[in-house]
Amino acid sequence: MAALLEVDGLTIDARKDDGSLAPIVKGVSFGIERGEVVALIGESGSGKTTIALSALGYSKPGLEFTGGEVRLDGRDVITMPPDEKRDMRGQRVAYLAQSAAATFNPALTIGEQVTESPVLHGQMSREEAEDRAEELYRALELPDPDRLGKRYPHQVSGGQLQRLMAAMALCGRPDLLILDEPTTALDVTTQIEVLKAFKSVIKREGAAALYVTHDLSVVAQIADRIVVLYAGDILEHGDADQVINRPAHDYTRRLMAAVRPPPAAGQGDEALAEHLRDSPAIEVKGVNAGYGRRMDGSVTVKVLRDVNLTVQRGHTVGIIGESGCGKSTLARVMSGLLPATDGDILLDGQVLRPGLQQRDRSELQKIQFVFQMADVALNPRQRIGSILGRPLEFYFGLRGRERRRRVGDLLQMVELPPEFAGRYPEELSGGQKQRVNLARALAASPEVLLCDEVISALDTIVGANVIELLKRLRRQSGVSFVFISHDLSTVASFADDIVVLYAGRVVEQGPTDRVLSPPYHPYTRLLIASVPELRIGWLEETMESQEAQAGIDRVVRMTDTGCPFFDRCPIAIEGTCDRETPPVRRLGGRHAIECHRSEAEFLEGSAPA
Amino acid sequence: MADSVEKTEARAAFEELPDAPPRRRLRLSWSGRLGVCVVAFWMAIVFIGPSISPYHEADILDEALFIVPGSDNPYPETDYQPPSSVAWLGTDYLGRDTLSRTLYGARTTIGISLASTLLAYLVGVTLGIAAAVGGTVMDSALSRFNDAILSIPSIMLALVVIAAIGSTIPILIVLTGLIYASTVFRIARSLGLDVKVSDFVEAARVRGEGLWWIVTREILPNVAMPMATDFGLRFVYVILFISSLSFLGLGVQPPQSDWGSMVRESLSGLPYGSVAPLVPALAIATLTIAINLIVDDVSAHAGGRLAKRMI
Repeated sequence: MAALLEVDGLTIDARKDDGSLAPIVKGVSFGIERGEVVALIGESGSGKTTIALSALGYSKPGLEFTGGEVRLDGRDVITMPPDEKRDMRGQRVAYLAQSAAATFNPALTIGEQVTESPVLHGQMSREEAEDRAEELYRALELPDPDRLGKRYPHQVSGGQLQRLMAAMALCGRPDLLILDEPTTALDVTTQIEVLKAFKSVIKREGAAALYVTHDLSVVAQIADRIVVLYAGDILEHGDADQVINRPAHDYTRRLMAAVRPPPAAGQGDEALAEHLRDSPAIEVKGVNAGYGRRMDGSVTVKVLRDVNLTVQRGHTVGIIGESGCGKSTLARVMSGLLPATDGDILLDGQVLRPGLQQRDRSELQKIQFVFQMADVALNPRQRIGSILGRPLEFYFGLRGRERRRRVGDLLQMVELPPEFAGRYPEELSGGQKQRVNLARALAASPEVLLCDEVISALDTIVGANVIELLKRLRRQSGVSFVFISHDLSTVASFADDIVVLYAGRVVEQGPTDRVLSPPYHPYTRLLIASVPELRIGWLEETMESQEAQAGIDRVVRMTDTGCPFFDRCPIAIEGTCDRETPPVRRLGGRHAIECHRSEAEFLEGSAPA
Repeated sequence: MADSVEKTEARAAFEELPDAPPRRRLRLSWSGRLGVCVVAFWMAIVFIGPSISPYHEADILDEALFIVPGSDNPYPETDYQPPSSVAWLGTDYLGRDTLSRTLYGARTTIGISLASTLLAYLVGVTLGIAAAVGGTVMDSALSRFNDAILSIPSIMLALVVIAAIGSTIPILIVLTGLIYASTVFRIARSLGLDVKVSDFVEAARVRGEGLWWIVTREILPNVAMPMATDFGLRFVYVILFISSLSFLGLGVQPPQSDWGSMVRESLSGLPYGSVAPLVPALAIATLTIAINLIVDDVSAHAGGRLAKRMI
């Protein structure tokens, strides 16, 4: 029997301004059988999304199909007349985009949107579609399936919305599902819940799926076969087991090497002692902060509660936690963007004034902020030369030739050619932009660099290169880093100390090795257990462990009474944890855990499952 | 050690893929090019119109010009003459040359509209950006005042003011400029608010930059493109507004010619098949449509971001 989808010698070209064609996809062939999940992996720019969209007979503006066929059940979808294409899309092939938040219309109920496609195509009556949707909600283990359809998108969590998108795609019983990086933007804990739901529902429905991603660990959990792409060419194509365990091509091995190992003790980077001085580079003491400042100085939404941390000179402190835990808020408080309501920030032993306007130029120069999204952190109307030159002029008064020379040095420092000074940000790739973003912060010769999720938006290989760069800079300059990430593996390979933040509280902190080995705070355990491993079958094992059962599918809730982690904690004590603020247990060294349970109980709870 | 050597080799073989497209340049479609030609034509007329026109705008043509050789009528009508070699586009209700008046009128119509639009932009953008970057109090005060202005129908407001203080060209420019400043204000404020919260503005704030730098170097360059699109459209509205006022007899006063008043004056010729009211109407239409064609291309280049805000 012929495969459900056959991609046969597909070539897609981009039409350039001068009318010439540049190849994007260069003669790619592969097939998908019914009930099979095929993963397309590669970096951004490798053409994976372009190929995935061709299964819908669609190409992005500016691209042209120039050869080959994409056959769905033997029919070429590229040459299909528009009427047939319209019927095919949504009914036979469904597409799941990366961002659920952008896919759902906030003004319509979830039910209307999930059932829209089959009703519109006349496949089902509204009642049938609603029954079908409810069945899918149950299959995807969504809460309250009877009434979920009546709710609006903002009333459910991000992970639930991502699963609802799968319900939307599956409602019309499509033969083929195209998933475009559906878990890339999610926290590790949410990623697990979404992956598990996708996997079980695909198996249950018997649909074939094309899974597009750059994340090998995710692919290992969900794919039957893997296609490795590089610059529009297939480099390797085989069973998941073979590609993951016995990669044949150098590039696949390179991708594997860029995947960071799961976090464990012993990975912590020991900083050099030569940069140490008497006073720490930056210190946070008893800081409270939040948003919506009232006239009396209090805030309507309290985020940070009594946060303390110390960053020694030349050291790196990693701050981890899920989204909504206050990681970025902490960085904003340290930089002065958001003045704290209580507590002090000390730079080099000196108390800093809370607000930006009150700090003087040398204080501002010593603390630099590297923003999360390089795409939006660089002014699109300024050339790279002016973006990097401005801090030089602003802090050090450099002008003219001297300034140009320094800009060249900075570009070299982040491994970019000096000609880039004349380019605009939009002419750079994602990784290159992130390097410029970093170079701008370095231009100020800072003592403390606040890095907010600097590699989260980057591909595995590009991200690994940026981390290498950061390590080199740290060795050379003795800058202290505050490294914020929800990706524990990255932090584990880079930080001296780790601070685990949950709902605005520091629940555990200490040297990397100590934090990543028992005794753990239950939340740290959950985070460690949720990092996907590059191993087939990892997802199933993890789902059976008690942390995963207890911890996933909950949202971070800020609370004033008791421990905020209470409702997700597998070892919570009813009557104590939900009433009383947990005490801080000091476990020697700099290691501290905030919990009602004692050290002995942590160890007991963390015995191998 | 062996591990790291292997990595370096692999890196040499597989560079990071470029995923950024080359910078897009503004490219005009054929309709956009047509628009540019038409606008260039009218701009040329603004400068050279009076010097190439066959008569002065206020000249009432002499009867003698219209005597047909061999005819026995020594006193032909001079008004609403059809196009002829004497007056290429015919004459209006007083017997003035339509072509000459249209050529002269380009200067008044386009000049007044351009001056009004520039004034509207000066006032609107200044206050709009001030509202966006200033505090809550300033924003509320400016926005509520602006809402009040917007709630008055503009043509009524203009009628009342002109009725009270009379109609001269400077008054017309200032009045139209201020009326249109309120719509510019809204767009400038909302674009400014968008850019203000972007990360690159935060980056400038963390660096310690002052308000002046942030407004002139970070915010204004990023609102310039969508504002330019709006400028074109606003200019069109102003032309139509000035023409409407002139059509009602409250705009440019005779004997000066302007396209709006030309349409009104010669309207009574329409039943006789006169082209006199059609020529200035066509001039207004070609100019405004041409500007729209250019704006479409600019707006498409700017990513259509403005389209949502225009409503």
